[in-house]
Amino acid sequence: MSGNGFQQSYANEKPPSSTGSAEADINTDPASSGFFTTDFKKHEDLKQMLDSNKDALKLEAMKRVVGMVAKGKDASELFPAVVKNVVSKNLEIKKLVYVYLTRYAEEQQDLALLSISTFQRALKDPNQLIRASALRVLSSVRVIVIAPIMMLAIKEAVMDMSPYVRKTAAHAIPKLYGLDPETKDQLIEVLERLLGDKTTLVAGSAIQAFEEICPERIDLIHKNYRKLCNLLVDVEEWGQVVIINTLTRYARTQFINPNSGEMAEEEERPFYESSGKEDEGEEEEEGKGEGDQETKKAPYIMDPDHRLLLRQAKPLLNSRNSAVVMAVAQLYHHCAPKAEVGTVAKSLIRLLRSHQELQYVVLSNVATMTTKRKGMFEPYLKSFYVRSSDPLHIKLLKLEILTNLATETNISTILREFQTYVTSSDKDFAAATIQAIGRCASTISEVTDTCLNGLVHLMSNRDEAVVAESVVVIKKLLQMRPQAQQKKRPSEHKAIICHMARMVDKITVPMARASILWLIGEYSERVPKIAPDVLRKLAKSFVNEEDIVKLQVLNLATKLCITNPKQCKLLCQYVLSLAKYDQNYDIRDRSRFLRQMVLPGDNGCVFSKYAKKIFLAPKPAPVLASKFKDRDHFQLGTLSHVLNMRTTGYQELPEWPEEAPDTAVRNVELPPIWEDKPTKPSKTGAKKKHDLKSFYSESESSEEDDSSEDDSSEDDDDEEKGSGDSDAESGSSKAAKSSEEESEEEEEDSSEEEEEEEEDSSEVDSEVEIAVARKKDTKKEVAGKAAKGGTKAAKASADLLLDLDDFGSMDTSGTSSAAVTPGNLLTPTAALDLGPSPGGGDSKPAASSAVLSINVTPKSYDLLHRISGNGLSITYKFTRTISVFSPNMASIELTLTNNSEGPLNNIKLGDIKVQPGMEVQPFPEIATLAVNATTSVLMGVNFNDTTQPASLEVCAGEQKFKVNISASVGELLQPHTMSEGDFANQQKKLGGMNENSATIAVDDESGTDRAICTSVLTAGNLLQVPSSDEKVFKFAAKTLASGTLVLVSVKVTDKKARVTVNSDKMVIGTMLLKDIQKVMEKK
Amino acid sequence: MIHSLFIINNTGDVFMEKHWRSVINKSICDYFFEAQSKATNPEDIPPILSTPHHYLINIYRNNLHFVAVVTTEVPPLFVLEFLHRVCDIFEDYFGDCNESTLKEHYVIVFELLDEMLDNGFPLAMEINVLKELIKPPNFLRTITDTVTGKSTSVGATLPTGQLSNIPWRRTGVKYTNNEAYFDVIEEIDAIIDKNGTTVIAEIQGYIDCLIKLSGMPDLTLTFINPRLLDDVSFHPCVRFKRWESEKILSFVPPDGHFRLMSYHIGSNNMVAIPLYVKHNISFREGSSGRFDVTVCPKQTMGKSVENVVVEVPFPKAVLNVTLTPSQGKYSFDPVSKMMTWEVGKIDTSKLPNIKGSISLQTGAGIPESNPAITVMFSISQMAVSGLKVNRLDMYGEKYKPFKGVKYLTRAGKFQIRT
Repeated sequence: MSGNGFQQSYANEKPPSSTGSAEADINTDPASSGFFTTDFKKHEDLKQMLDSNKDALKLEAMKRVVGMVAKGKDASELFPAVVKNVVSKNLEIKKLVYVYLTRYAEEQQDLALLSISTFQRALKDPNQLIRASALRVLSSVRVIVIAPIMMLAIKEAVMDMSPYVRKTAAHAIPKLYGLDPETKDQLIEVLERLLGDKTTLVAGSAIQAFEEICPERIDLIHKNYRKLCNLLVDVEEWGQVVIINTLTRYARTQFINPNSGEMAEEEERPFYESSGKEDEGEEEEEGKGEGDQETKKAPYIMDPDHRLLLRQAKPLLNSRNSAVVMAVAQLYHHCAPKAEVGTVAKSLIRLLRSHQELQYVVLSNVATMTTKRKGMFEPYLKSFYVRSSDPLHIKLLKLEILTNLATETNISTILREFQTYVTSSDKDFAAATIQAIGRCASTISEVTDTCLNGLVHLMSNRDEAVVAESVVVIKKLLQMRPQAQQKKRPSEHKAIICHMARMVDKITVPMARASILWLIGEYSERVPKIAPDVLRKLAKSFVNEEDIVKLQVLNLATKLCITNPKQCKLLCQYVLSLAKYDQNYDIRDRSRFLRQMVLPGDNGCVFSKYAKKIFLAPKPAPVLASKFKDRDHFQLGTLSHVLNMRTTGYQELPEWPEEAPDTAVRNVELPPIWEDKPTKPSKTGAKKKHDLKSFYSESESSEEDDSSEDDSSEDDDDEEKGSGDSDAESGSSKAAKSSEEESEEEEEDSSEEEEEEEEDSSEVDSEVEIAVARKKDTKKEVAGKAAKGGTKAAKASADLLLDLDDFGSMDTSGTSSAAVTPGNLLTPTAALDLGPSPGGGDSKPAASSAVLSINVTPKSYDLLHRISGNGLSITYKFTRTISVFSPNMASIELTLTNNSEGPLNNIKLGDIKVQPGMEVQPFPEIATLAVNATTSVLMGVNFNDTTQPASLEVCAGEQKFKVNISASVGELLQPHTMSEGDFANQQKKLGGMNENSATIAVDDESGTDRAICTSVLTAGNLLQVPSSDEKVFKFAAKTLASGTLVLVSVKVTDKKARVTVNSDKMVIGTMLLKDIQKVMEKK
Repeated sequence: MIHSLFIINNTGDVFMEKHWRSVINKSICDYFFEAQSKATNPEDIPPILSTPHHYLINIYRNNLHFVAVVTTEVPPLFVLEFLHRVCDIFEDYFGDCNESTLKEHYVIVFELLDEMLDNGFPLAMEINVLKELIKPPNFLRTITDTVTGKSTSVGATLPTGQLSNIPWRRTGVKYTNNEAYFDVIEEIDAIIDKNGTTVIAEIQGYIDCLIKLSGMPDLTLTFINPRLLDDVSFHPCVRFKRWESEKILSFVPPDGHFRLMSYHIGSNNMVAIPLYVKHNISFREGSSGRFDVTVCPKQTMGKSVENVVVEVPFPKAVLNVTLTPSQGKYSFDPVSKMMTWEVGKIDTSKLPNIKGSISLQTGAGIPESNPAITVMFSISQMAVSGLKVNRLDMYGEKYKPFKGVKYLTRAGKFQIRT
């Protein structure tokens, strides 16, 4: 707390409850007692404070205002005074104003508009936290007028470099949708892009947005399915929950039921479970899954994608978050083969130890699972034993589960346990236990007699509730006895019925009395002497009975009248007459109806002849079933399931499809038009263009592709959690390297391609082709080498495809964007990339404002030569992506190769000597590097916008090597998106001293659009800005450390190109110009 | 997802409300109060209530009700887990999460709630990230702020944790004394039958850590007998693959207090029950009864049993008890009918005993069943499962940390049926 807070807590702002008693808190309005101030005078006071120019006063005022908001007091009249402070420089005031605004903006829409421009400015702030919080507030104010502004802001934020801002954008999508549902289509487009995001931070929020605005568009998941599965472990826990739930639904629509064709297998499977060796089962499981596919020629083969989901979700059973565990459990329950579902039981049991609210939800889900899968929870039977300290609702659920789990083998233990419960002082619980005993008795015929005896015994209990409950249950049990059995031993029932008849005098609980009467009526022929007597007694007390008892008295009277008219006719008549004048119309009705049946008047009723058949017909026995049986149609773990009612927004879990839909949809292929995402080879696209030979290699490689995907996903897991990104980058570097080696081949390939007349050959197609061709080349090359080397290379080539794919998420590194159409200027394109593609020669500028997509190979530099490094050689290159360590750092990828005789251990960075202001994030220590092995690691260096080298010491075991990393000025930049208008404005501002220009002679070859763009992008990590002039090329970037704008424009006039660089940092400007010049002249 | 949150104290006063979407009037809480009035005690309120347009999901902790309002389908555990996490975070910030601390720090509480959810979906729930965004109350800083006139209670930059792959740890941690403490705590849950046989006994274990290490340490914790642990859950920092393959805990720890792992040793294993209770409770006709309870140690592996407390919830028919304990003190609450006997340490030479008479309400009838006795105890320097930490290694940093491991066994839900 600040100083004011400090005074506050000792002055009048002390909360009332901490000084006064609790009663004072109720009786006096807390608002008047200082803490949450509302009275008029105080408001004036607050307004003055808010208007003052001292931050301290403002802050104190804002704290008090927020206090009012927190308390739920109306603080809306302060709106004008508060909203002024939105421009405050003080971060805490700002934050509190934001809090206030989101609360009241809806009520004061006009005034709220005053603040919008501030947010719009903040959206451009270099600090990502400020950008994000501005977007949060802007999207939270719920003022319909600004919906278009919100839309623009979201579209921009989706392309933001900071994943945090993108996450906020994902949250903003449902907010805007809630405000203006008309925007849905536009939002889905934006969302589609977010779903493609590869960062773990964004994934969960994007899926949440998907669930809220368009859960029906399951097709949007296709391309992201595998990515989501692989990311799952690293996503934060809340995101995991929503992702698993979405993927469960996805699995139910896209795969076929794993239990459909498994009848043969089922029989052998329970063996695993009953042996109780969960561990073994688990370990074997993966092997089993694959084994199934190969060995069995069974009709069902699990889709590898289906398996992927189950496998990736499984480790999450060990999550500390119960919601995650539950999500995995329901995934297994709904989507896994029967034999594997058992593995989740243990984790669910573990959850029973947590807070009682969580227990309640877990137990109700377990209760549903036990109705279907008894075996799964049987080993944990004792975990459901009731403790006297449990709250009632938990006791009841445990009882339910115990009853569901009862089998012939364990029934004796369960019944013994029930016996202790019956004596519980909690009468509701005791009554529920009796019902549970009844259910056990009805389902397991071996114990029916024991239970019946026990229940009869309970009828002499002192507590009336217990007695009543037992009577009701006994009635049900007797009724359920098969007729044949009853005939065999009628004496037994007679004893029970006599016993009950005797109790009519004592029992007052209406339900129990009614049950006894019904029993006597139904089995009156067994107790012919007692029955009329009971009726006589009740006829006397008829007027004072409850309605439900009265109805049964009528029932009894009628039945006796039919079976024993001699003794009972008059009694019956008497009772019916009493009922005729009863207050309750049901009873009057019934009396009238019965009278016609048994005491037909003069005209005689047709029915009276059949009275016996009607009243003494054998009646179907009631079914005692679990209350949870019908909950099965709700998805487990949902609110609907717990409440057993359909809640708003509940998505029905679809039934498995009969036939699996096309699995190819999940192959990541041609991206949607405006999405700049690189792709894996699409079979159709590639096939068209290749002859037979290449067709083979293609199909082969695509197979490899699949397998290597699995591999790589496992690799991912093996390494530290964070290594996902570095993996991706290292992969791409491999790609890049191999591409360098085969540059000639590529050129050949590209020329080939140019010959082809493809009408709609887009960038992407050519990409794909190159990738395939390259792979082919690699293979050729490799063929001569040793087998080991061969597989490695093959893997590298497969990696290449995958990783290109992985890369697409990073906004700055999107490969090959499609041309920006003029209408689409709102969505700036980030077009530029690594990954070589001079082969895309067929891309003619479609429109004048086109942005060429050009891929530049990152150049790699030697860091440590193998001679000076005693066999260890290191090269480095700038990946030109956002560093995972800090946005201010240049991301550098080191490729380490061990050329020495023996393995190298513990490779890490030792002493780091850098200029002040520079920072180095070392790469994670490499434990061992085998002989001839190569590995890539990622490190980050913040060069602080200078070209000063960073001196590092690389330690490998005992050896130490001094090395220097330096960056050319082009690598100190990061691409920056801006519109052409912005570019022109900024360029105007950066004139004079800040402008450097040079003229370079170009010839036909180096003067093409493509050549010029390639040169500029090779020299620096810039982003092309759409230009309306065909002969002017514009590029923009910001420096990494300070975020200074760097603008480059190239104007081509016959044989000459004029390059202009504008930047606040003159040194950078001049150096960049020189670099560009060098590259262009080299061409 | 989560629409609003109301915090309600025991007297039914809604003293704080926070809305992440449009405002919902606090009159929605009336449905909650209705359910509250039906329940005999606060634990009995159903955690999930359905109203015509909203669903109320509530938890009860530290005499406070946290009522979350949701309007659409949402996994209920998601919300419950979130609410408990909120309480944990408040406890971490203010030392305790009760009405007076929340009211005292209402600005921080409100800022925290604002930061935790965006549009009802968790944005930042990691305590280390939150602590960088909103500094916890600190006396020293309060003074410096007063003197310098600056306010430093909110962070100006995005916490590094939010973007990194290890969101639970912030960068640039520095300590002069580098220490790592591990507490292995095991709780015995048991139900003991009337005649002393164990109906069920399970162990719930936790490893709680206090880590004060500079930089980015990478720790490895190994056990002598990891085979014991087959049902575990981890803090997200633990590398699960290494646990699966090598049964060692490898992790980059968060800064400060946290729960590294919890484990469950089920009823299939033999659990040593450290004490047993000889009891003789009887009610006789004529409004009286006798009560005689002795606590005896059993299988304690030479360690002494401490902090023993015996609780007996007497039936409602009991009016009063007159007892004489051989050691410790006892108290009887005539409203809840709860008898609490604080025994303290068990001296094996003289076993603690309490006996005396029970007086019943006249005309209430004799209670049918005897109350179940709850026992609490703790045994230090012992983990009842036999789990032992083998060693702790640190990589990634150069200094030598001070390491400590402590074992503690205590009663969880330890109940004796009589």
